[in-house]
Amino acid sequence: MTLALFLQHLANALSLGSLYALIAIGYTMVYGILRLINFAHGDVFMLGAYLAFYSVATFMLPWWGALLLAVLLTAAFGVGLEWVAYRPLRDSPRISVMISAIGASFLIENVAIVLFGGRPKGVTVPDVMNVKLTLGGVSIMSVSLVIPIITFVALAVLLWVVQRTRVGMAMRAVSTDLDAARLQAIDVNRIVSFTFGTGSLLAGVGGIMWSYKYPQLNPLMGVMPGLKCFIAAVIGGIGNIPGAVLGGFLLGGIELLTIAFLPTLTGYRDAFAFVLLIVVLLVKPSGLLGGAAVEKV
Amino acid sequence: MRRATLFVPVLSLLALGGCHRSSSSKPTTVKLGVFEPLTGANAAGGAMEVEGIKLANALYPTVKVGGKELPIELVVVDNKSDKVEAANAAQRLVDQEKVAVVLGSWGSSLSMAAGPIVKEKKVPAIALSATNPLVTKGNEYYFRVCFIDPFQGTVMANYAAKDLKAKKAVIIREVSNDYSVGLARFFADSFKKLTGDQGAILAELNYNTNDQDFTAQLTTLKSMKPDVIFAPGNYTESALIIKQARELGITTPFLGGDTWEAPEFVDVGKQAVEGAVLSTFFATEVPITDTSKTFLDAYRKQYGKEPAAVTALGFDGYLVARAAIEKAGTLDGAKLREALVATKAFPGAAGLITFDENRDATKSAVIKTVKGGKFTYLTTVQP
Repeated sequence: MTLALFLQHLANALSLGSLYALIAIGYTMVYGILRLINFAHGDVFMLGAYLAFYSVATFMLPWWGALLLAVLLTAAFGVGLEWVAYRPLRDSPRISVMISAIGASFLIENVAIVLFGGRPKGVTVPDVMNVKLTLGGVSIMSVSLVIPIITFVALAVLLWVVQRTRVGMAMRAVSTDLDAARLQAIDVNRIVSFTFGTGSLLAGVGGIMWSYKYPQLNPLMGVMPGLKCFIAAVIGGIGNIPGAVLGGFLLGGIELLTIAFLPTLTGYRDAFAFVLLIVVLLVKPSGLLGGAAVEKV
Repeated sequence: MRRATLFVPVLSLLALGGCHRSSSSKPTTVKLGVFEPLTGANAAGGAMEVEGIKLANALYPTVKVGGKELPIELVVVDNKSDKVEAANAAQRLVDQEKVAVVLGSWGSSLSMAAGPIVKEKKVPAIALSATNPLVTKGNEYYFRVCFIDPFQGTVMANYAAKDLKAKKAVIIREVSNDYSVGLARFFADSFKKLTGDQGAILAELNYNTNDQDFTAQLTTLKSMKPDVIFAPGNYTESALIIKQARELGITTPFLGGDTWEAPEFVDVGKQAVEGAVLSTFFATEVPITDTSKTFLDAYRKQYGKEPAAVTALGFDGYLVARAAIEKAGTLDGAKLREALVATKAFPGAAGLITFDENRDATKSAVIKTVKGGKFTYLTTVQP
């Protein structure tokens, strides 16, 4: 294998990994605060991509306007979802909330099939995202450079919010002990809404970037990325934001490099992700960067 | 009717007249099952076939059974592009809906999932565009109104070796799809024969249904420098494959099969799929029979666009089923089967239909290419 070939494989892997990382952050945030695996996260991701598509197709917005509108609507949707599906169950056993999350996921998927139709839609990729860059035999599309930048900016901003701001302090308090936080006059509901809004916003950005990279939409497009990014979050240590980014890159890398070096195993591509999950759960159940105590859901 | 037992009259009483199929009363409608993927990876394929079936139903809404003109009712079920769901959907059509004939499905794997069910319940099924030989092989109740993949593979291998003068090819196949794997094998066999080179296929690269990222496979492919790439598979994944190949700087021509002919292929692939070449069943540029003209006029009037080849096959499947019911004069599965077997030179929109000993139609293939965002006719290949 030549160096250029290896670098191309590496570039492919980084580009997929950064997308996984971006979506995994949203998973991990919600889990970190509420100890809830938001199974509808992948569907919020799908919704973001569709909203951007329709903003362009129906309202004729320029792509950046569509992106902004779609991301804000997705964030609002996430807040609404928490309000309807999770908040009424705040004091119920954790299993009830999880079942509600699975129900919400199926509901969103099937409503999307009715609203958007089962046939896939082709996305028109904005020209800025569709520039081919070639460097020493390695070709990469501009969108694949934009995604890691967004991922790292999101990571930096979130770390700053969580570690350095009052909202972040409240988030950490809610995460440690919800009832105790409430006793300290922290508005728990507001903090939870904020978390869901931010997580969904990132899912929306992820969905739109996904649709620029793989310009095809269908109502079930969020299922597999949703699962993979959940795995990425668990590998990194669920609840830990840098861990989610690390997990995303690891998963993307392992997936693509295995196909590159062991082409006969391509059919088992999705299985790699799940095998990796099992190995991590067996060897280090709290994930690579996770804390010592992880509650089982 | 098919399973007239003592239970049936009792059940129909219980169902308060909801059931039309008791042994004592004559049927008032004829149910045709439409077994297609309406959601999931193959949704566009299913939708195009349903369009053809519905168009035929609008033009010919009734059928004469035993001297009585009965309306035909279409029972559409969604097999969700999933083999397990497909088996459930087929079961529902034959057990609950008690359809006389099943039409579909787009996708050989999905049709094969229904195979054992229609065979056991003796309900004839007509595949419209499923081309894998195993759909009908050994299943006397499955018919099809299109050609099969050994022929299609040869057609594309010929095109690669003679028209493109290709010496080395790489195959990219959807490994979980019987259609894709089968067609890839038939292409490989005849391409090796045509070039006289056992090593003419440099590699067979795999991917899974619903995969989105093919950069790893394509990067490997790029270093092999083939003359042509044969990538039979679902239209959405194939469009993404070609797009990502072009992004990686691969300029090699892409060849594919009938499943590429969906508007989504161009919609997703856009500029990248220009020049892609595929084989299919029918081209609107070359009407074959009088039925072709009836079909094209009706379709253009209703939809204001050009139909896909599989839409014509949907139209044909309906007409063949209707003719068989009329000929049999009954809805009994075994009798309907005999009537279908006897079908000879039936004028369908996509050519004359005669079933061979494997219940497959022998038809010519059409080669098309994508030009200016449209599927454009190149040539016709006789069997």
